[in-house]
Formats: sequence, C-alpha cells, structure tokens
Amino acid sequence: MSRRTTIAEKFHTGLWTDNPGLVQLLGLCPLLAVTTSFVNGLGLGIATLFVLTGSNMLVSATRRLIRSEIRIPMYVLIISSFVTCIELLTDAWFPHLGRSLGIFIPLIVTNCSIVARAEIFASKHRVIESAADGLVMGAGFALLLCALGAFRELVGSGSLFSRLDMLFGGEPSPGFAFFDSGFLLAILPPGAFFSLALAVAAKNAIDRRRQLERRNRRSRLVNTSG
Amino acid sequence: MSRQVEERKSAASIWQGGIILGALAALCTALVATTHHYAEPLIKANEQAFLEESLKPVLGGIKYQNEIKKSMLTLPLPHGLPGNEPAVIYRIYADGVPAAALFVVSAPDGFAGPIKILIGVRMDGSITTVRILQHHETPGLGDGIDASKSDWQLQFDNASLTAPDRKSWSIRRDGGVFDQLTGASITPRAIIRAIKETLEYFEANTKEIFAAAPSGPS
Repeated sequence: MSRRTTIAEKFHTGLWTDNPGLVQLLGLCPLLAVTTSFVNGLGLGIATLFVLTGSNMLVSATRRLIRSEIRIPMYVLIISSFVTCIELLTDAWFPHLGRSLGIFIPLIVTNCSIVARAEIFASKHRVIESAADGLVMGAGFALLLCALGAFRELVGSGSLFSRLDMLFGGEPSPGFAFFDSGFLLAILPPGAFFSLALAVAAKNAIDRRRQLERRNRRSRLVNTSG
Repeated sequence: MSRQVEERKSAASIWQGGIILGALAALCTALVATTHHYAEPLIKANEQAFLEESLKPVLGGIKYQNEIKKSMLTLPLPHGLPGNEPAVIYRIYADGVPAAALFVVSAPDGFAGPIKILIGVRMDGSITTVRILQHHETPGLGDGIDASKSDWQLQFDNASLTAPDRKSWSIRRDGGVFDQLTGASITPRAIIRAIKETLEYFEANTKEIFAAAPSGPS
C-alpha cells in the first residue's frame, strides 16, 4: 500500500500537483471568506495546518481500531476536538487574530480537505507518514491562502503585510502601503472568486507550458536521432 | 443455527463499535479539557482587556478603580432606553464613588437598521464622548457618523441636557444646534434622538443605576 516517495516528491504533490485548494478545490468556504488580507490568510493557514497534522496523526494512531461503519463519527470527533483546541489557543495567545477570523476557526471542522486526508491517507498509513502528509497538504493550503490574501490585500486595499502584529505581537503595524484606496471589488466576496480563478488559471498555464516544453524536447530528440 | 451466530456476531460488533467510540470520545474530551484548563485564564484576561480598550474613548480620562466587567448591568426589554434590544450599562467608580455610566444602546430608526451607540455620561449629566459601535449606513453618506470616517460625533463631547437646552437637541434643519451630515439627515436624527433619550434616562434613574446589583450576560 505504502508506495515509497521521496520528501521532495511529497512536497511537489502537496504544494503543486495535488494542492488541496488549487487542484482539489476543497475547503473553499474559509479560503474565499478570510483571504481579505495576508495576515488573515496566514493565520487561518497555520490553524488549518495544525488541525490537519494533529487529526492525521490521531486517525493514523487509532487506525487499527477504526471500523468502516463508525469511521466517519470517529473522524468528526477527532477533527472537532483538534479544532476546539486550536480555537482556545488562538483566543488565548492571538486574541486579535481570533477576533479577525471569528467564525472561520470553528468552521475549520467543515473543511472537507481534512476529512479527505483522514479517509484517503491517514487511515492507511503509519503515524510518521500521516504527520508528513498533514504538514505538506496543510502547507499547500496555507500557501494558497497567503498568496490569495496578499493579492487581494494589494489590489483591494493597496497595502501588503498590514497588521502582522496580530500574529507576531508588537504595536499595530500598517505594513507597506503602496497606494491610498485600492480596487474595492478585490476584497469583496466576488473578488475572492476572481482571485481564485486567476490562481487556478495561472497554475494551469504553467502546467501547460511545461508540458509543451517537454513534448518539444522529446520531438527534437526524435528529429536529431532520426 | 448460523443465523444465531451471525446475530451474536453483529451484537458483539455493535458493542465493540460503541466501546471504541466511547473511548475515543473520552480521549478527545480529555484533550479539549486540558487545553481549556491552560487557556481559560488567558482568554478571560484578553476579554477584559478588549472591553477596557473599546470603552477607553468614552471614559474621558476618568481614573477608575473597579473592574469594569463586574459593574455591568444588562437591562432586558422594556427598559426605557432607546432600542429594541437589551441595553447595557457599565458603571464607573473613582475613589469608591460613582464617576460615570457608560451606555450601550441602539438607535432603532437608522437609515439601514439599528445603530449601536456607546455613550459615556458623567455624574453631572454631561457626555464624555459618543462612539458608534455598529451600523449599516450608506458608505459615503450616513457612514460619516463613524469616528474613523469623520469628526461628526465630536460635537457631542461635553454636551448635556442643559447645554444645549432640551429643545435644541436636533439638527440645524429641524431648529436645533447639531450639524447634520451632507446628504444624510435620517441617520443624525436617529442618533441625536437616541442620545437625548439616554441622557433623560440617566437624569431620571441615576440612583437606581448605581444601586442595582450587577447582572452580566448569562
């Protein structure tokens, strides 16, 4: 069952070819709702990463006890307790971030990519592998959240990395301001869909170009040899 | 015969599933309970700090000693204050005597739904400052009531029912002394009426406000 994959391959899968947000299009609710600024994206990304890693490990550790008829309640139980813990920790140590993300931290429970990883991967692999899978998939999701957040903040508010103090402490920081008032649509809900569409399109364009290059190289090889 | 065996098997499997699920539930509860145990004091402190931070502007520099949250008074409907939802009063004490009351009321007749207002009132009935906590007024017109958008709300600083007198508590267009907002008169009217009613309530119930036992949110 466990096909051995190198760490680099694993990262490439999680961050690029099988990115939970960009390719599987899972967990769109938080993805679209909170990415109005970079710091929001980063905060929810890290929270999701922790939940995904934790739940993957616990599901994997109990995988011999899991029976098909009660596996979904078990996943729900495990995921929701991790989410509750993360919510408590956020409220305790990052109160401003907790206030800014609001309902979207508890809503991590409904992020289908977490149940998906439990079902597809963690219930069939060892703890270490499952932890790595959670980390990588979580990182893929978090990176997309950050990228969308940065893009929408830049276009919509004309600034970048504002209020990073919500995560790292210190005085409220305005970040880098580039222009005064941005293109408001970008931080409104439609802007979320446009930005995600642009991100998916960009990824597909890059993939297509790579594929063409590969094909060209191959045909050139055929030409020279023939 | 084989049916009996099957039945016994499935009964055993239900028991087994139940026990596994129960054990997992206990484990998860323990995890959450432990986290809660360590996080709770910090969360409480954060809430208190946030409350004080948001009330700070209307305290008008009063040096208070009491824990604001414990002085909270929640008034269920009907309470005689403006708004169609429970009103909240925070009582501020300096050197053991009442120094001010902070009201969280809502103006029910805003242009786009109720407007939540925080009003600080000194013992002599004068206002420290007014802050709009929540509103849905039109961007560019009615949203000038927001402290981050314009200085409109500053005109209520130090105002009371005697200065200006009661009759002048309206916008200029209605014969009063307060500025309206360019292009918006419904919003300022609603807010001015709510502030005036709050001051009248304070005037009539000063003793009762400070005598009542605290009643926080349940």
